[in-house]
Amino acid sequence: MRIVCPFCGERELGEFTYLGDAKPQRPAADAGEDAVYDYVYMRDNIAGVMSENWYHGGGCRSWLKVTRNTLTHEISAVEAAAGAGAAKVGA
Amino acid sequence: MKYSIFSLARAALSGHKTWQRTWRDATPKDHYDVVIIGGGGHGLATAWFLASEFGIRNVAVLEKGWIGSGNAGRNTTIIRSNYGLPGNTGFYELSMKLWERMEQDLNYNAMVSQRGVLNLYHSDGQRDAYARRGNTMRINGIDAELLDQAALKKMLPFLNFDHARFPVQGGLLQRRGGTARHDAVVWGYAHAASALGVDIIQNCEVTGFVRDAHGKVTGVETSRGRIGAGKVGMAVAGSSSRVAAMAGMRLPIESHVLQAFVSEAIKPLIPGVMTFGAGHFYVSQSDKGGLVFGGDIDGYNSYAQRGNLPVMEDVCEGGMAIIPMIGRVRLLRQWGGIMDMSMDGSPIIDRTPVDGLYLNAGWCYGGFKATPGSGFVFAHLLARDEMHKEAALFRLDRFQRGAMIDEKGQGAQPNLH
Amino acid sequence: MMAGSQSNRLANGGLIDRSAPLSFTFDGKSLSGFKGDTLASALLASGVKLVGRSFKYHRPRGILTAGSEEPNALVELRSGARREPNTKATTAELYEGLEAASQNRWPSLNFDVMSVNQLFAPIFVAGFYYKTFMWPAKFWEAIYEPAIRRAAGLGRAATVSDPDHYDKAWAHCDVVIAGSGPAGLAAALAAGRSGARVILCEEDFVVGGRLLSDGGTIDGLPAAEWLARTLAELASLPDVRIMTRTTLFGVYDGGTYGAIERVNDHLPSPPEHEVRQRLWRIVAKRCVVAAGALERPIVFAGNDTPGVMMASAMRSYISRYAAAPAKRIALFTNNEHGWRTVETALEAGLQVAAVIDARAEVSPVHRSLASKGGFPVLHGSVSGVDGGKAGVRKLSVSLTGGARAEVEADGLAVSGGWNPTVGLTSYHRGRPKWRDDIAAFVPDGAPPGMVAVGAANGAFGLGACLREGFEAGSAAARDAGRSGGTGSTPVADDAAFSLTPLWHVAGKGKAFVDQQHDVTASDIELAQREGFESVEHLKRYTTLGMATDQGKTSNVAGLAIMAAVSGRSIPETGTTIYRPPYVPVAIGAFAGHHRDENFHATRLTPSHHWASEQGAIFVDTGLWKRAQWYPLAGEKDWLESVTREVKAVRSGVGFCDVSTLGKIDVHGPDAGAFLDRVYINTFSNLAVGKARYGLMLREDGIVYDDGTTSRLAEDHYFLTTTTAKAGLVMQHLEFCRQVLFPELDVQLTSVSDQWAQFSIAGPKTRDLLKQIVDPTEDLSNEGFPFMGAREVKLRGGIKARLFRISFSGEMAFEISVPARHGEAMARNLMIAGKPFGVTPYGTEALGVMRVEKGHVAGPELSGTTTASDLGLGKMMSTKKDFIGRVMAGREALVAPDRQVVVGIKPTDKARRLRSGAHIIPKGEIPGPDNDQGYVTSVCFSPTLDQWIGLALVERGRERFGEIVHAHDPLRGEDYDVELCNPVFYDPDGGRQRG
Repeated sequence: MRIVCPFCGERELGEFTYLGDAKPQRPAADAGEDAVYDYVYMRDNIAGVMSENWYHGGGCRSWLKVTRNTLTHEISAVEAAAGAGAAKVGA
Repeated sequence: MKYSIFSLARAALSGHKTWQRTWRDATPKDHYDVVIIGGGGHGLATAWFLASEFGIRNVAVLEKGWIGSGNAGRNTTIIRSNYGLPGNTGFYELSMKLWERMEQDLNYNAMVSQRGVLNLYHSDGQRDAYARRGNTMRINGIDAELLDQAALKKMLPFLNFDHARFPVQGGLLQRRGGTARHDAVVWGYAHAASALGVDIIQNCEVTGFVRDAHGKVTGVETSRGRIGAGKVGMAVAGSSSRVAAMAGMRLPIESHVLQAFVSEAIKPLIPGVMTFGAGHFYVSQSDKGGLVFGGDIDGYNSYAQRGNLPVMEDVCEGGMAIIPMIGRVRLLRQWGGIMDMSMDGSPIIDRTPVDGLYLNAGWCYGGFKATPGSGFVFAHLLARDEMHKEAALFRLDRFQRGAMIDEKGQGAQPNLH
Repeated sequence: MMAGSQSNRLANGGLIDRSAPLSFTFDGKSLSGFKGDTLASALLASGVKLVGRSFKYHRPRGILTAGSEEPNALVELRSGARREPNTKATTAELYEGLEAASQNRWPSLNFDVMSVNQLFAPIFVAGFYYKTFMWPAKFWEAIYEPAIRRAAGLGRAATVSDPDHYDKAWAHCDVVIAGSGPAGLAAALAAGRSGARVILCEEDFVVGGRLLSDGGTIDGLPAAEWLARTLAELASLPDVRIMTRTTLFGVYDGGTYGAIERVNDHLPSPPEHEVRQRLWRIVAKRCVVAAGALERPIVFAGNDTPGVMMASAMRSYISRYAAAPAKRIALFTNNEHGWRTVETALEAGLQVAAVIDARAEVSPVHRSLASKGGFPVLHGSVSGVDGGKAGVRKLSVSLTGGARAEVEADGLAVSGGWNPTVGLTSYHRGRPKWRDDIAAFVPDGAPPGMVAVGAANGAFGLGACLREGFEAGSAAARDAGRSGGTGSTPVADDAAFSLTPLWHVAGKGKAFVDQQHDVTASDIELAQREGFESVEHLKRYTTLGMATDQGKTSNVAGLAIMAAVSGRSIPETGTTIYRPPYVPVAIGAFAGHHRDENFHATRLTPSHHWASEQGAIFVDTGLWKRAQWYPLAGEKDWLESVTREVKAVRSGVGFCDVSTLGKIDVHGPDAGAFLDRVYINTFSNLAVGKARYGLMLREDGIVYDDGTTSRLAEDHYFLTTTTAKAGLVMQHLEFCRQVLFPELDVQLTSVSDQWAQFSIAGPKTRDLLKQIVDPTEDLSNEGFPFMGAREVKLRGGIKARLFRISFSGEMAFEISVPARHGEAMARNLMIAGKPFGVTPYGTEALGVMRVEKGHVAGPELSGTTTASDLGLGKMMSTKKDFIGRVMAGREALVAPDRQVVVGIKPTDKARRLRSGAHIIPKGEIPGPDNDQGYVTSVCFSPTLDQWIGLALVERGRERFGEIVHAHDPLRGEDYDVELCNPVFYDPDGGRQRG
């Protein structure tokens, strides 16, 4: 697999580390145990196109949101995580 | 027909024209007491134990393709019970004891071969962790030995003792561990279960669940029509999430690809099963002569049943690091299976929140060795509606309760287990 | 000196270099050949027909093919550490001094005792072993299996380390082409002319594919001339690279192709500093598969007799290698192409005994060829072969209409048609489709970017191969963005091709489908009878196609026979899944240089070279080499050295390189808020100039890592991680920053490698430090209190970071200097510390002192323990959210009976403790129900003069003073220990604050 890092260009799989489904969002502090349990443990485990968190640890150390098909491994989109690159000063 | 050297000799006289089908080619009936989804080792073992131990013979096993076409037919055939945590230890030993009588139980030679499973250690910390684990095994009545380097040199003189990046210090040995012929396990259970009346239905894909007004599962829709069921058991590791989704359930499971490799057949070189402790590599040699080896999962969610080069290289690097004499042995075949990676690396066997639907899932890459044990405890659950005591900790709600069984201590990240 | 006569070498022709004779040995016998020979062609030229023995029945076998699909002619090539089992004689290039030995026979190839297995053949049918060897159960491992294992396998691997080197490399191009036959060359021409970067991989050592054996006319030129002209043109193109001896074996995601280059396998051993083989990872925008087709056998009784050979292979041996496989040849064909072998044989002056053609019609051209050549054309099939290990003598022929005939011949060419090479196009689990007109499977789609052309796509005519290749080459170049002109397509005629499918001829005797694995037609019938009808069941039950040839000559015939006996069509029966690699690849090549000491990288601490000079013993910690202890002359063991080091620290001063800790600078106005979210305790309220111990959890509430974090400025923190988790914590924090909390204005910088860090500990630490830091720096307890942290100036002006933190429990500092000064720092500490008896200490002494002090480390941070388990539960802030907070509150994680960290000491003070022992209540018989915990860390405490340890024990903190049992059956040890407070040393912390 090859991933086109928005900062570094197309790079080989070995430079990246996988975390998993990017869809679940970390619940707010007051969301309660069930919501956090769902976030930490439950998975859609999609057979098809999935948005995923990948880390370019062998390159720019950016977290990337990669759209990939789990049936074919085809990658259709790559974008940087919201906080990748320089911090949003004043944001 | 009973299988034996005598029946073989008799059949030879007729040019082997007298053999019957190994299992009946069943057509689906309208209703069964229990329908098992998944004709892999676990599903077939469950059916056999239902019929032989629990007296439930009106059972169907539904298989999407051909039996054993999932991970049962695509693994590295290792059996062992060298686990360290409560929940796993007793269960895998139950399974090991069932391996030890399988062939006589089934009248089928699955080539269960207890040539030993050896985990190498390369540091004091690893040794201590293995000591803890080995002592757990011994306390549970399971055989375990801690070997030092001198013992290893005698046992496996070909290991890389002189030029290792991470020198081998010793290993944890379970002599009763070993291998079994994976396909034969599937066929053996099919053979024996079919003889007891279990219907094995191939090319029958489940496409949905039939529910009554209360939501209870009363049957399944399949590519061969609707089949009614008193209870439905799922044993479809690799596809658990997809099948559970048909019943509206999400699971604490991700599907990942695990590759395995086999070399050309060579004369006996490696006696038992061994795992490298400083890289991702484990190996055994099949009776046919091929080195059967593997390593880590590829690390990303996948249903593609094939892997990529980095892991293949990583595995071979581990192999060369520990057994440098295999450099000129050729890798013959590479394949990938889809693992049900659970959130703590341990399996799930339980009722589900859906009445009438039972779950056997989350085997990670360790499902093969569990085959007889899994079949037995799942049959117990299906027959009696209560967990067998050796599977009591494999509950689905354990993540909610915080009662994980996490041998590797990696937490809720399936690709690290 | 030449040895052996090349009795079957033709006088003329061939692509061999007769001026370069080579001698070699086979089973110790000296033979000779020429440069350009394969081992197989040289054996044939020398009149050798018997080359190997089969897997199960030990039947005598010869040479069936002339390529990598060979099932029979396998040898052990080379000897000693370079012995290569199962090497195909058909692809092994001959070199001077080549040593080959037949395999799977004893005592000799000619007289093989194991051929007695043939007598048991009536019992040794497919899957017989599943039905027997079950009684008594114990006999399997003791008797049956060892015998089976010894009998199975083929060649013997080397038993010592592979002495050769392997390399791995990357290549990038627009178009990669597999195969250099007419289709591949045409593709390369088109793509190359248009300016594309092209890599052409050819498995053989010569470019040309079937052109080398079958000739033909292209663009009006004889094939050889066209080939030479084409190669010259390709060489003139700037970006066309032709790689011979290179097999494209697999296709992976993202247009990555695996290829194996046999760099030096054609030499006795690789020249100095050169590799044996190289693994290529080729990244290509497009791939053209021009890998040709493999001729397939027809299954009939005796079809494994030495001298039975694929017709195309026979042509290759005669025309390319000038080696006559036989003197009097018969042909058994079901198609037009088989006849080419007759033409080739006649041209070479060999006798043709007969052609047995299974088709109803034979073309007039071939009829006249037969009458000119004076041999009969028999309509029918070969149904039996007389002959044994000496080779074919006589053929039985069943004529169409039922009559029988016999043909005397010493060689039989067989052509059952062609199987396009559909491996590469199917490796992404694609299934080929059946074409009735050629009775073969052809690719049906391919992985993204790949296309099959020519014979690999079912186009068997020379003209069609050239056209398809050329079109695909220009399309691939265009797709890759190359727009140059491609010139004109090479042109050749398409010879007629007709075929009558024929898979299996009924007859008496064993008819082999998979020759290497001895799978017969009747085995397939048996499999069907027993319900193994699925092709995957068939394969697994009979082992069809699982041999080293990966079923290249057997799979399609096997499933055709299964189709016939099960009453289904061939496409209904289907194929098994195609799996890479296309040819077997040496494991060493996948490993490359990552073996022995270079298996993984080695990281050295800044003071490593100095420590080496001191004679330090090093230990592997992850990739690091760390000084474990520093033995002095006369010390008898590690314990003595470590004990001395600990005592020196506790009574004077010592130092230890702790640079392996992960170090991260956290900058930004939100740095404090960020740390509050990732640690269980609070950092936003840490005063500038102070340090604080921190603990972070995973989101599931389990402890992840610990370390100290210092606030160096309002918006600048410096945190340390454990050595083991350095990279992972950085990744985790970046995830928190970039994904979870992008709204925070904070930056993370990994500075692990930028700072050399030393722990300096012991009551005389301040005395030593004063010699190092600038005199203006106040190191007094008031000026630099416990948990103080700030930048200081060293004597000489270098800036350092100084932290008053203690892992040992002594008055201690950690000092960080830029990594390039790390070694000088170690040397200076030795010099400056001399008056105070400074002692360098290693990781063992570090570990001893942390156990004495009750600090948790790796064995306790096992990934299953909570903060409370570690005795650090009170650190969890209740005033803020943090990673892991919610999940840490789950019932089982706060249960009162959890195993928690306690201290242990043996009741017998002389007793040694060991980690991994389990804790059982005193007086009880150990069992799963009273297994209450285990010992995590132990050490001999010089301070207490006895062994002590830490353990995780159920309700341990309530049980201080209780005597329990340490149970260690693995090491045969059982003894009593007392549970106690884990802080053995200076529990109120006066020393570290002093």
